[in-house]
Amino acid sequence: MKRLALAALLLLCAATTGATERHYGLSPEKVAPDTYVFVGRAENFSSANGGNIVNTGFIVTKTGVVVIDTGPSLLYGREMRDAIARVTPLPVIRVINTHLHPDHIFGNQAFADVGIEALPATIRGEETQAKAFADNMYRMVGPWMQGTEPLLPARPIPRAVQTVGGHRLEMIAVSGHTDADLMVLDHATGVLFASDMAFLDRAPTTPHADVAAWVAALDEMAKLPFRTLIPGHGRPDKEGRAIRQTRDWLVWLDATLGAAAADGLEMTEMMARPIPDRFAGIALAREEFVRSVSHLYPRLEQASLRRAER
Amino acid sequence: MRRLLLALLILLPAAAGRAEEMADPLDSPLWPEMRAQVLGTAPYVFDARVEVSAPASAENSAQLPVAVRVHGLAVREIVLFADYNPIPRILALRPLEAEPYVATRFKINMASPVRAAALAEDGLWHVGGVWVDAAGGGCTLPSAASADAAWQSRLGETASRSWPKGKTSRVRLQMIHPMDTGLAAGIPAFYLETSWIKAADGKVLAELDTFEPVSENPILTLEVRGRAGADGFRFEGRDNNGNQFQSRIREGGPG
Repeated sequence: MKRLALAALLLLCAATTGATERHYGLSPEKVAPDTYVFVGRAENFSSANGGNIVNTGFIVTKTGVVVIDTGPSLLYGREMRDAIARVTPLPVIRVINTHLHPDHIFGNQAFADVGIEALPATIRGEETQAKAFADNMYRMVGPWMQGTEPLLPARPIPRAVQTVGGHRLEMIAVSGHTDADLMVLDHATGVLFASDMAFLDRAPTTPHADVAAWVAALDEMAKLPFRTLIPGHGRPDKEGRAIRQTRDWLVWLDATLGAAAADGLEMTEMMARPIPDRFAGIALAREEFVRSVSHLYPRLEQASLRRAER
Repeated sequence: MRRLLLALLILLPAAAGRAEEMADPLDSPLWPEMRAQVLGTAPYVFDARVEVSAPASAENSAQLPVAVRVHGLAVREIVLFADYNPIPRILALRPLEAEPYVATRFKINMASPVRAAALAEDGLWHVGGVWVDAAGGGCTLPSAASADAAWQSRLGETASRSWPKGKTSRVRLQMIHPMDTGLAAGIPAFYLETSWIKAADGKVLAELDTFEPVSENPILTLEVRGRAGADGFRFEGRDNNGNQFQSRIREGGPG
């Protein structure tokens, strides 16, 4: 009730000042017992979507709520927390950043009282890069970022397997999408929060990727005892498609770029190359392919050249 | 790429008009100044046959890939420039015995038209280009090399390769060089200035001026006539500090 009154008050203020009130309209989707996901759009950052292009989630344990990733902005983090409070009166007791990318960490401020946990390399990465990420986010989604500032994780993820309020949570540290990617496997429900190690029907992003490590990690992921996989981007997956599709894309990308570099193609020629029909259903395939050429091609190109003598 | 198509559509009717009446198809307020800086009072025409390829948005402002190809014109010189860069000129190619083609990567400072002007045998500058969006800052950042003295022992170290392509060869060369713009405080301009690709007998096939905006550890791709042969093509270069570089460009990959 108090919240409703507050919202009404805010709206009233907005109406009188003529300001636009922004809302993500976050609504949690129940994917398993005690387990909820805020499913983002299969889009790129824009001032229309406010950066809501990512999946975040939470697990309601008997002793409190575990939050996995905090979204692209302070406003998103706050809306998340409000939405969680509508599901359970239990407090938020753990908050995790799966990796350093801006769409996963900029809601941190909304959970400052709880403190954020992440892998040590993720904390170091946020230390050096979060400021630049924030500048870029302000440029791409604009006013949605109002009040957002980097808030670094307070502590490293403590143990590999932790039982929290009856849920045995396995913290799985891998790499490939970035140099530190954290997945959370809930053995109580069989839900695997796969972070951005898996994408579904939305092209994978590669700004910090090590493709060989990523593919190797996907092969290990496929062996995990999960029933539902929550990709970092795309619909929750009960059919095991996300791992196969992410792997297929990455293997194709690596082979295609490597062969083209050896043939002497230019980056701009590469960016215009066709994408196989089997990827036609993947959102943003062309956009991410073009970005991936920028990320991955220079090193392959260097490897294709010979050391020149006089 | 979509931008390029759009530019083509706009250009087709425009090309019929007279040069001095042509509006800039990229609608950049800086065009009159660019024209004065780069072309002086020489006559010009906007022409879609001068094809500039670059991604619609710069993923890395320090390394924007760009390629220029001129279709169906005999070309004496190609000048590549970006309106909104603090130093607009990126490079100038004189394709003596080479295709009117060059590709490189450069530092883009903010969203800008990226254009090429090709001086054709008809005495006219033919101008084409695309808009590129960028978060920016590429030009005013110090090079990675300027923060670490280790590169000095590797200055001029070069990797290259030649690929046969019909009667021509595509040659690519990358050199260790900081390419400092002089715009970062306390770091003087230091960049590769002139390069030549020559046949084994010393005949100059292409002459290239590069300017401050070309990216650190510059990578250059050109298409010259002939094949590399047993002795390879010869590369010779010189930077603005008087360092001289030379190496061979051969077919085949490393190892």
